[in-house]
Amino acid sequence: MKQYFSELYTGGKSLVEGLGVTMKALFMPIVTVQYPREEIDITPNFRGHIDLILDPKKNTYRCISCGLCEKSCPSNCITVKGEKLEGQKKKSLVLYELDFTKCSLCGTCVEVCPVDALEYSHEYNLAAFSKEAFHYDILKRLEDRKK
Amino acid sequence: METISTLPPELIRMVIAVIIIISFLFLNAIMMGYAERKIAGHVQRRPGPMEVGFHGILQMIVDGIKLVAKELLIPFNVDRTLFRVAPLLSFTPVILPLLVIPFSEKLQARDLNLGLLFIVSMGAVNVMAILVGGWGSNNKYSMFGAMRAVAQAIAYEIPILLSMLAVILMCNTFSLKEIVGAQQKVWFVFLQPVAFLIYVTAGLAETNRAPFDLPEAESELTAGFHTEYSGMGFSLFFLGEYTNMFIVASVATVLFLGGWHGPHLPYGEYLGVVWFLLKVYFLLFLMIMVRWTYPRVRFDQLLNFAWKYLVPFSFVNLLITAVVVKL
Repeated sequence: MKQYFSELYTGGKSLVEGLGVTMKALFMPIVTVQYPREEIDITPNFRGHIDLILDPKKNTYRCISCGLCEKSCPSNCITVKGEKLEGQKKKSLVLYELDFTKCSLCGTCVEVCPVDALEYSHEYNLAAFSKEAFHYDILKRLEDRKK
Repeated sequence: METISTLPPELIRMVIAVIIIISFLFLNAIMMGYAERKIAGHVQRRPGPMEVGFHGILQMIVDGIKLVAKELLIPFNVDRTLFRVAPLLSFTPVILPLLVIPFSEKLQARDLNLGLLFIVSMGAVNVMAILVGGWGSNNKYSMFGAMRAVAQAIAYEIPILLSMLAVILMCNTFSLKEIVGAQQKVWFVFLQPVAFLIYVTAGLAETNRAPFDLPEAESELTAGFHTEYSGMGFSLFFLGEYTNMFIVASVATVLFLGGWHGPHLPYGEYLGVVWFLLKVYFLLFLMIMVRWTYPRVRFDQLLNFAWKYLVPFSFVNLLITAVVVKL
């Protein structure tokens, strides 16, 4: 008999406490983000597709067109072309293309690069109407960033 | 003008009352649906519907249009008559109780001298609608939901009636208008707090609201008795549910919270409806908060609670009331 009433008391008390918790939550500010209208900064550890690093000293890429990334890529989605232009000792990059439809974001290209010329981009709004839109011209993206 | 004057005035009055009540019923369902989703959102610290109209205010209208436009699918091998009758059975009886509820001193379609009994009996028809819908659907989930609804209704109708009886003993009438009239000085919630608590708890179970929403427990029974319903069939069940909530809350207001009584207003005999609706929507707000606070009870807990706590307490309360009234 004693248990009967004590159960009723503790049960009723916990119910009232629970209502208090939700009532408080009702007037707290919302924590979700209304995505297309608001965006939050992506974490710096985010690993998107690769990008060439813009070297602040040279004001251009560090890539030496060795082609290691192209060779190490397990999905064969990187194309690198370097040419010796007139009056220059080293090769310079003329084409750096990434076929993102095949890329598995494994990061081997970034790890294997001898001059640390590659980084992960922070792009996550990846939607397009055609497959070709995912054939990224990485070199052109770098030129765009220079401006 | 002449045709109108030849019609019996009582008939015109009833037609107007029914039209107002049905349109109010749809408005109430829209408002409640919106409030439910908004409050659910803010309790979980998200904004709720935001896209259609200012802060999603038109969301329920858009949803309603979608439901009306949808095809009414009748599954293979169902009992066609029962399947089609069930939504109507759930929707029609909920209009009738609103005819006897006194919204204010003069805003009442009909003052039946057995008004309270009329409401209770019409509420019981809703259970039959659930049983018919569940049985007719030829689906094990619907069947389970219907069976649960019946067991639940049998268990919870008793404490509801007993807690109502306590109030009836105090004012000696079943007429809702006279019950409100008797609360001119003091609301019955202060004289009968136990009966009020029992009524509200059992009322939650009666309307199949969480935490007693076992007939439609989505995690176990997909959607319970209305699993197979789409389009208008589903929306009639939905309308029925929200109107039932409104009826339960307004009966609680009439019996315990003093109906239309409140601080004085000009044209009080009509504008008392403001106080009445404020009290009703306060109770409905509590019902929504309860839904988003508590987890669903198990079925044995549900029946244990009814038979071991609500029924004995309401009996004792009734007994004490009877003795005190006699003295």
